[in-house]
Amino acid sequence: MKIIVLVKQVPDTWGERRLDTSTGQLDRSASDAVIDEIDERALEVALQYKDSHDAEVIALSMGPSTVTEILRKSLAMGADAALHVKDEALSGSDLSRTAAVLAAAITKSGFDLVIAGNEATDGRGGVVPAMIAEHLRVPSMTYLDSVEFGADGISGVRGDEHGTVAVHASLPAVISVTEASAEARFPNFKGIMKAKKKPLDVWTLADLGLDSSGFAPSTEVTSTTERPARTAGKKIVDEGNAGNELAEFLAAGRLI
Amino acid sequence: MTLALAFIETSATGEIRNTAAMLIAAAAKLGTPVAVVASAPGRGDSLSAQLGALGAAQVYIAETDQAGSLLIAPHIAALEAAAAALQPSAIVLAHSIDGREIAGRLAVRLRTGLLVDVVDVRVDGDAVIATHSVFGGAYTVEATVPGGGPAIVTVRQGAIDARAAAASPTLTTESITVDAAPAAVIDAVHAAVVATDRPELRGATRVVSGGRGLGSQANFALVEQLADALGAAVGASRAAVDAGYVPQTSQVGQTGITVSPQLYVALGISGAIQHRAGMQTAKTIVAINKDADAPIFDIADFGIVGDVFTVVPQLIDALGARAE
Repeated sequence: MKIIVLVKQVPDTWGERRLDTSTGQLDRSASDAVIDEIDERALEVALQYKDSHDAEVIALSMGPSTVTEILRKSLAMGADAALHVKDEALSGSDLSRTAAVLAAAITKSGFDLVIAGNEATDGRGGVVPAMIAEHLRVPSMTYLDSVEFGADGISGVRGDEHGTVAVHASLPAVISVTEASAEARFPNFKGIMKAKKKPLDVWTLADLGLDSSGFAPSTEVTSTTERPARTAGKKIVDEGNAGNELAEFLAAGRLI
Repeated sequence: MTLALAFIETSATGEIRNTAAMLIAAAAKLGTPVAVVASAPGRGDSLSAQLGALGAAQVYIAETDQAGSLLIAPHIAALEAAAAALQPSAIVLAHSIDGREIAGRLAVRLRTGLLVDVVDVRVDGDAVIATHSVFGGAYTVEATVPGGGPAIVTVRQGAIDARAAAASPTLTTESITVDAAPAAVIDAVHAAVVATDRPELRGATRVVSGGRGLGSQANFALVEQLADALGAAVGASRAAVDAGYVPQTSQVGQTGITVSPQLYVALGISGAIQHRAGMQTAKTIVAINKDADAPIFDIADFGIVGDVFTVVPQLIDALGARAE
């Protein structure tokens, strides 16, 4: 089984994250760039299958040169190979272009199963896996809390706002997994050493047979404004009556 | 006036989901609102009356026996058929688990632009303009779909308060066929048992959240007691979730739910950027924490440096006394 895991480099959620208000794009210099935690879980789902079955696991990412770091980490965790789609023309790609390019890379690589995180912590869109599935014309099962590999396909439990839905699909397919799925392993020293010898291929748009000039984005950012910073209000130290004072504050603001 | 489609999600037994009113109102801001439903045959008249009451000027029912047996595919087919028949300027869906998968696949199938998790929509000339709230409300970004195709928009649940006036809709019922080949199959549906009558965290007008400062799962009951006294939803910081006090579904923050309530009460939460990004657009923020230097106080409208286990019980008593 050939499993492609999508990994994304995102600003660390424990730090400040900024947009460049002139372009509407992420200010990459403002934050530490890390592998999105949810993608480590997606990779773990693939690696757990590989632990006991014959499988090839490939980590795929799109982005600038720094993406090499998260692909190396994926290899250290246990992925067999990594693919990096890198092209200047991809800077500022929207959802549609991102999905189209990743789908082209997946097609070129070949696959039985694509596993993604349910949504990236920066964009929070949660739509790219479904878009890729549509490009590939295969079933999608997104937001899976658990995944079972069967003899003739994949099944899982999908949590939504109203409960859970048990679903299955034949392969090839695209799935995305939630924070309720596998807890990711840490790369050990042996894994880190082995990762240095594993293949990490870089593909451009030309390698994917895509023409950057005929590739207009389908959405356009028209304005980006930063919200004014919030300021501190009243702060008191409890001397035995703070609960009552808070009740007064809430009543005065008609909040109770 | 141009048409705007609102995709209405229904339960396995055909009840309209509670995002319907918001979606019809959003569509009404963009054009004449048309409610689109994928349904098992024979439910059209009852759905039409309900959706008219929510403001739909037209109701388009796509009937298929596969509604409920195939995941997502019947919904996409319904919207594809409605879009072909009605040529709308926009298609509005909930940014729900189902809504985003439908929207994503539909945008690729119709070769058009997708704007997700928007908090407001408007029309500027011919253009559909969507407002995004990015990084927990730190930035407001407006975006549009240039070119001809309909703009596909998913709206954050609870983000639009406006409601459309009731209408007497015209009903169109079409039978559709769904291509099962690229679709996942539904084996079983388990509706969540609602254990409490507390408001849902997403879209709540009042939220009480607890953090690591509560100290244990048992102590977290204090958060629930105050939430019930205020009629509020219960939230938690990531630290409280990681410590196992509450399930991940209660997590407010950069990797959890983003809330924007009238009142947010943070108990024993230090206010790491992780958490602040999920609640800093709340109208009024109250924080109680032992540590006077906790960053949560930098954004609190009313901060109390004190012990939650003495301040909160006193507050609950005071709220009770006022209620009487």
